[in-house]
Amino acid sequence: MSENQQLIKDLEEKARLIRGDIIKMLAEAGSGHPGGSLSSVEIVTALYFRVLRLQPDQPEWSDRDRFILSKGHAAPLLYAALAGRGFFPREELLTLRKLGTRLQGHPSRGMLPGVEASTGSLGQGLSMGLGIALAGKLDQRDYRVYVLLGDGESEEGQVWEAAMAAAHYRADNLTAVLDYNGLQIDGPIREVMSPLPLPEKWRSFGWAVREADGHDFRDLLDAFAWAAGVKDRPSMIVARTVKGKGVSFMENDAGWHGKAPNAQQAGQALDELGAGS
Amino acid sequence: MQKKSSTREAYGRTLVELGKNCPELVVLDADLSKSTKTSEFAGRFPDRFFDMGIAEQNMMGAAAGFALAGKIPCASTFAVFATGRAYDQVRTAIAYPGLNVKIVATHAGVSVGEDGASHQTVEDISLMRTLPNMTVIVPADALETAQAVTAAVEMQGPVYIRLGRPAFPDIFAEDYRFQIGRAALLRQGGDAVIFALGLMVSRALDAALLLAEEGTEAAVVNVSTVKPLDREMIIKMARKTGAVVTAEEHSIYGGLGSAVAEVLGENHPVPLERVGIRDRFGESGSPEQLLETCGLTAKHIAGAVRRVIERSGNP
Repeated sequence: MSENQQLIKDLEEKARLIRGDIIKMLAEAGSGHPGGSLSSVEIVTALYFRVLRLQPDQPEWSDRDRFILSKGHAAPLLYAALAGRGFFPREELLTLRKLGTRLQGHPSRGMLPGVEASTGSLGQGLSMGLGIALAGKLDQRDYRVYVLLGDGESEEGQVWEAAMAAAHYRADNLTAVLDYNGLQIDGPIREVMSPLPLPEKWRSFGWAVREADGHDFRDLLDAFAWAAGVKDRPSMIVARTVKGKGVSFMENDAGWHGKAPNAQQAGQALDELGAGS
Repeated sequence: MQKKSSTREAYGRTLVELGKNCPELVVLDADLSKSTKTSEFAGRFPDRFFDMGIAEQNMMGAAAGFALAGKIPCASTFAVFATGRAYDQVRTAIAYPGLNVKIVATHAGVSVGEDGASHQTVEDISLMRTLPNMTVIVPADALETAQAVTAAVEMQGPVYIRLGRPAFPDIFAEDYRFQIGRAALLRQGGDAVIFALGLMVSRALDAALLLAEEGTEAAVVNVSTVKPLDREMIIKMARKTGAVVTAEEHSIYGGLGSAVAEVLGENHPVPLERVGIRDRFGESGSPEQLLETCGLTAKHIAGAVRRVIERSGNP
């Protein structure tokens, strides 16, 4: 097995464990958002276990790359990845959404090491990422900023204010990833309020755009390498994904956007993932 | 005629002064830099000035990002847009994590004048005061504006500073020292106390002069920090006079009048009259006409003092 094949295999194993953690966390919490957490697993796993320059024992290291989860409802995924990278003890994952926890229902900056911004009110993360990116340019630091957006989230006007400003200021240290799973709470995005066509919109706003298979690590890693090489423009990776990916009865079902599995459903999901407790 | 000075120009000059010694200071505006006077900073430090265009929500989010990266961002636009248009961004991106963003908003209240109600916020103090972690400051003149902006930049955490469009009468001498959270007793008086902020402080002083001619001695207190409120000063003066008036160019709901009422109600209930905008929007007109129409003159404040003394039973 080549080094590259081994890397992909390792990432796939991380992704499987993270999916298992997400299901366990949500079942324990009794509420939360499985669909959009599962759809972004490969994107976030690729970032935290390969792409981002981080020092988990120094979470505020000034030269670190930043990741902002603009679609803050995928918090269980972010927490599982952070715990997997050693930002905090993995046992703490099961405190999700409970009174007094550092693992708030949506990410809360300052409470948990590794959380870069307070998100959850949709459409805000790209603006914050832009501010960090512009500060990095000002200070001539070489860190990069990554922001994960949802496709339904792209209905928020602020996303496009930020898109315009990032291109205007030539923020080539800023990369956005779009979790293009096609579903929002009320149904398919094209039926609820179509933000389509998305790649074309981002191109017309002055961004460099590349599409990728959001569940294929080879394609995602190629896309991140491409993004790091884009000059004078911000970059957007439109990642095609499946909502609820990895759990058969959750896949492509908007009903699993914001509903936790019960114990029996969680058991079935963990069996499918081969991630039983 | 009292000398007047622009609080906005004081802000612009202060930014330039601070910018010389504070490399972390960055300034953002939303296409109103000539009105907010951040253009002064833009001319002097172009690399640290970011015009974000007519997109206030993104401006506040980007300001949060700058703060996350260790900068000290000052974000400016008209008060109605800073607090209304971008409320959720100020709330969730800035106030919730307690980020070190300074929102310095101009053109608050009806003294905006001819532009009318769309541009005249009468509710911004209320919106900002109810946000946890937020400090809220309303300077009374240009000198206090300069000191308040400096103090805001020097403290850690989110601050909202409310400035007006017209020039304000000069109140303070050079030796005045503004402190966040500290109200200033500007005139002694034992019959009543007027708590005022912003443009209404000079009018409260004028009202006290009118009242003195009738033999009524009204104390005047400048409550430039609405949050954290100087509760000690408010309780002390309420005990001393037993008759309280508040004066603000803002709705009587949620602003200084409400804040004082909350403190009095819980600590030392005494008769209170609130001079402020009585649950209405502004309209077009000259600033002075609108201040008269909305009941925001020295004459109105003096009337409120007479009423509250009557109610207190110690006329």
